[in-house]
Amino acid sequence: MSAPPSPDEGLTAAQLAAKYGLSVSGARPSLFEYVRQLWDRRHFILAFSRAKLTAQYSQAKLGQLWQVATPLLNAAVYFFIFGLILKADRGMDREVYIPFLVTGVFVFTFTQSSVMAGVRAISGNLGLVRALHFPRASLPISFALQQLQQLLFSMIVLFVVAVGFGSYPRLSWLLIVPALVLQFLFNTGLAMIMARAGAKTPDLAQLMPFVMRTWMYASGVMFSIPIMLKDRPEWIATVLQWNPAAIYMDLMRFALIDGYGSENLPDHVWAAALGWALLFAVGGFVYFWKAEERYGRG
Amino acid sequence: MAEHRTDAHIPTVIADELHIVYRVNGAKTGKGSATAALSRIMKRGEERGVRKVHAVRGVSFVAYRGEAIGLIGSNGSGKSTLLRAIAGLLPPEKGKVYTDGQPSLLGVNAALMNDLTGERNVILGGLAMGMTREQIKERYQEIVDFSGINEKGDFITLPMRTYSSGMAARLRFSIAAAKDHDVLMIDEALATGDRKFQKRSEERIRELRKEAGTVFLVSHNNKSIRDTCNRVLWLERGELRMDGPTDEVLKEYEKFTGK
Repeated sequence: MSAPPSPDEGLTAAQLAAKYGLSVSGARPSLFEYVRQLWDRRHFILAFSRAKLTAQYSQAKLGQLWQVATPLLNAAVYFFIFGLILKADRGMDREVYIPFLVTGVFVFTFTQSSVMAGVRAISGNLGLVRALHFPRASLPISFALQQLQQLLFSMIVLFVVAVGFGSYPRLSWLLIVPALVLQFLFNTGLAMIMARAGAKTPDLAQLMPFVMRTWMYASGVMFSIPIMLKDRPEWIATVLQWNPAAIYMDLMRFALIDGYGSENLPDHVWAAALGWALLFAVGGFVYFWKAEERYGRG
Repeated sequence: MAEHRTDAHIPTVIADELHIVYRVNGAKTGKGSATAALSRIMKRGEERGVRKVHAVRGVSFVAYRGEAIGLIGSNGSGKSTLLRAIAGLLPPEKGKVYTDGQPSLLGVNAALMNDLTGERNVILGGLAMGMTREQIKERYQEIVDFSGINEKGDFITLPMRTYSSGMAARLRFSIAAAKDHDVLMIDEALATGDRKFQKRSEERIRELRKEAGTVFLVSHNNKSIRDTCNRVLWLERGELRMDGPTDEVLKEYEKFTGK
């Protein structure tokens, strides 16, 4: 070995690094520094999510029209199965049930696809993680943001359905905004938790569809929990109603649908929505950050 | 190397007994059937079904400001892995890498999307490399002109999947080379595009080299190593086999490869 001689002969690597102010490559930044780095990358996060969204339908002939057509077809299928065949609208007028069902499907899909995208956020983008520097949380956040934009397209369909069934725009529609913000926070936190878990165990991508489907049926997407469970012990309905997916669905229905009043919501529903959002957003972020330097090992 | 001594011999990259291990799921030797996988799961023992690939084994070196270092070795000897570890993109199994600032790999391929137009890819790639929107706007025309994509018509507004492989490679290089780097690492990036573009990219790399503090170059082309580097690390099976001035190491390497 012919390393060039230097006055630093005899120093260990760590001492040499300290002397010249070198830092460990790929070390995890402090939480505060990490937030700052993420903020610096906000344009990338937004551009990446929008690029993913556009790329999704770029080969289709109808192009971006599918952004609206896909949720519309989804709503039609659920209406056909649950509204016409199974008649799951027990105790609800048709004018309430159809928007109730469509809202439930869209709002739950928002959480569901955020989770599924989160699982693959790191493990499906190892090429990117191994090639470029950026705070890795950019990926799950970007995917959650992509789903939010997707939901905004679905909202167009939702408004049409609501008006079509006699719920006209009124002041309470403004509540949609805080409800969406809280659900987005919750979804992002959940996506970050799933991203870390999925980076370590890619098998989760196979398992999660079953978990999510169970969660969907337990959250009252296509039926009203209190009506469906009125013969069972009360605590079951209470637990199901307090689960975050049910809370965000109910808030959106309450805001949007004329005949869906506050008597259908559990007590302190806004506090619960805020609590779930903060718990998962903060907890998920810290949990994700804790493994920052290990993503990419595969 | 004598002319670089004037730079007061400031280290920019220190690798200390670096080990890199890849874990590959589902590549354990044995039958690939579902029953074989099940029986592996049933068997006790740590990390079932995971095979480890020890790509870099105990590499140590110190790189100084102003050096251009070539990495040579046969395929699969760990050159690219070592580069990624220095850049902090692959976490080391053992050992440490210390760096001055943030070393960056020349290349944005992974961030680009074939379904998007060249135009949007320039912006996306720039943002992924950490450039600001203003910097990208400033350099946009320069990037497009350099790639030469628009020489044969308005291709920059078409999706990248419609490009020929040469055109796509040119655009990728042009985006990647648009940013200035402290410690720059180039992984066989010289061999893209046609003859004319190759010359242009070699020139651009020389420019980048001048601006960068330290340059690492991975290449199988001994001529481009000789032209650009003043020091060479020779890796073989993940171990550092030789480290020294370009001529000495290349002479030994050529003897080894039988050229």
